[in-house]
Amino acid sequence: MSNLLETHQVSKNFGDFTALNQVSIAVPKGSIFGLLGPNGAGKTTLIRIINQITMPDKGSVLLDGETLAPHHIQHIGYLPEERGLYKSMKVGEQALYLAQLKGMSKAEAKVKLKYWFDRLEIGDWWHKKIQELSKGMAQKIQFVVTVLHSPKLLIFDEPFSGFDPINANLIKDEILELKRQGATIIFSTHRMESVEELCDHIALIHKSNKILDGPLNDIKKQFKSNTYEVGIKSGQANLEQELYDKFQAQPASFKTLDNELKLNLKIAEGSSPNELLNFLTTKGEVTHFVELIPSANDIFIQAVKNN
Amino acid sequence: MNHLPLIIQREYLNKVKNKSFIIMTILSPVIMIVLIAVVAYLSQLNNNTQRTISVLDESGMLESIFVNTENTTYNVLHNTSLEEAKKTVEKNGEYGLLYIPPVEILDSIAQHVKFYSEDSPSLSLISGLESKLEKKISDLKLLNDGVDLDQIKSSRIGVNIGQESFSGEKTSKIDSVLKLAFGGIAGYLLFMFIIIYGNMIMRSVIEEKTTRIIEIIISSVKPIQLMLGKIIGTSLAGITQFIIWLILGFLLFIIVPPILGIDMSAIQSTQEQAIQQAMQNPGMSTGMQQGLEAFHNLPLTNLIIAFILFFLGGYLLYSSLYAAIGAAVDSETDTQQFLLPILMPLILAVYIGIFTVIEDPHGTVSTVFSFIPLTSPVVMLMRIPFGVPWWQQLISFGLLCGTFIFTVWFAAKIYRVGILMYGKKPSYKELIKWIKY
Repeated sequence: MSNLLETHQVSKNFGDFTALNQVSIAVPKGSIFGLLGPNGAGKTTLIRIINQITMPDKGSVLLDGETLAPHHIQHIGYLPEERGLYKSMKVGEQALYLAQLKGMSKAEAKVKLKYWFDRLEIGDWWHKKIQELSKGMAQKIQFVVTVLHSPKLLIFDEPFSGFDPINANLIKDEILELKRQGATIIFSTHRMESVEELCDHIALIHKSNKILDGPLNDIKKQFKSNTYEVGIKSGQANLEQELYDKFQAQPASFKTLDNELKLNLKIAEGSSPNELLNFLTTKGEVTHFVELIPSANDIFIQAVKNN
Repeated sequence: MNHLPLIIQREYLNKVKNKSFIIMTILSPVIMIVLIAVVAYLSQLNNNTQRTISVLDESGMLESIFVNTENTTYNVLHNTSLEEAKKTVEKNGEYGLLYIPPVEILDSIAQHVKFYSEDSPSLSLISGLESKLEKKISDLKLLNDGVDLDQIKSSRIGVNIGQESFSGEKTSKIDSVLKLAFGGIAGYLLFMFIIIYGNMIMRSVIEEKTTRIIEIIISSVKPIQLMLGKIIGTSLAGITQFIIWLILGFLLFIIVPPILGIDMSAIQSTQEQAIQQAMQNPGMSTGMQQGLEAFHNLPLTNLIIAFILFFLGGYLLYSSLYAAIGAAVDSETDTQQFLLPILMPLILAVYIGIFTVIEDPHGTVSTVFSFIPLTSPVVMLMRIPFGVPWWQQLISFGLLCGTFIFTVWFAAKIYRVGILMYGKKPSYKELIKWIKY
């Protein structure tokens, strides 16, 4: 079993509104899986179904090969986008309560909490009330509560919102550390640079339908257009015109030292970049030659526009 | 996994440890007792006011009735004119002057008596004087007509109808009063309990929505467990508060009056007087004994069992509705629209209890409303002391249980959807749609 979580043809309607339409995803064990999509696409509904907060109308969800059942709750850690804590409860009591709800014993939870509070250097907050803490501080505690029971599957919905760059980085490192220890992570966000940085796999949901999924690199290969960014110094005056005639070319802009000719050149399907490079070297001095790889951002925008 | 005990524990401790809850619990009985004490003290102060009233009786027939009392001194004037008397009274700063004109015919005295004073005199004083005069004048009239007053006195008699059911149970008026008190207290207690702690449950549901912790919680527990945990935990906190109030109230009632220097014996002595008066009245001579008998006559076992069952059933029924309202809205200000339909049957039940059950505990209206689930807990609790056939109690309780299960199901549906809905206040139409989700 290489997939920790699979959803099969999951559909959910709210009255006349279809929130999810036959969505199937497969989250490989030990991966960071980016669940992407525009606002209102149905991501939160899917996440809530995985957490058994709402039940799907049709379709099934498998966790580690078993149909999702109430006892699976203790194997899942969920950090919702809309999150908060009891304002008037003390940090320690609250964390213990939430840990016990996840099925931990009180003693076990205390030991683990001490470990995490020391690790994130928040040990002296134990007796403070949430209302005395800043938003970022409360977020740290929510993060601890989410991961405390060492779940197999972690679901983070916009985990970095509300953090300053230093703390966001700290949390990012913790997420990577959890992955190293074998956790599988579903990661939902609109910040494409963190998708780029963290995710191995992605799925894109748009208007209740899954429109794209797979390993991030495969998807990038699928979206790449055989276009190369080229800088060339040459004495030949009509070189620009010649290149425009020979290839699909567009002006490019990047930083260089000299005033060379900068273009994006698209080569025909099946031809190798070496041919292009060889051709260019006959024309002048090549200072810059890079394949244009579509960013997660580009893929997101393009996929959503095409649908 | 069953997290219900854990949720109940948190809800309970969270309520009980809350500062405003502690303050309310301790302060409420103190405030109540202090208020009662202050009122008692003030009225005592008022009663102690010394008044001097001058009386100018020019008819010379009524002087004998003006006997000094503890608080009032009568100063009977002779050989002076009305004008002079007024001046003297004003100069001496006396409370007032009662003037009886020099008339021979008793009827016209009654019309021409006057009371002069600086401010308008107290109502009780005037009516006191009036009744004194009325009694004396009518006695005088009877004497004039040649009637023997002793004969009239001995002809007076009190009637007290003894009541007995066909099966031979003796009842009395005291019996009815006691039943009424039992039923009334039980019904009113339930009413208060629902309003106070139902609101508390509602607020605690809203709190979870506004702090946005709800999604974290229900990714671990079923919404219905959370809802039931909240209801039970808050109710236990409520029962704790009630018991503390009872104990504190009892203690304070013993401790406070001596500290404030209020003479409780004054109140006691008036009670004793009343009892003595009752004893003198031949019809009431067995009053105490009847009271005890009446207490024994109450269907006590039935009363206690029914109280527990109907109290629980009624309270849980309403509190699940309160929880559903809390889940449907975002803030307390939005709750009014939904609270009204819940409060209406509750208030209706109390009014029916007060006006109809007292008049006719087994009449059609009382009986019907003691079956309708939303009003039955209050109305049935008020009816039971008067003796309700067990089959009626069973049917009513069965209906209550059925409705309770239905409302919990209904509330859980609304709760499940509502807790994750933010933003605009839902309409009734939307609430019905939620049930189908």
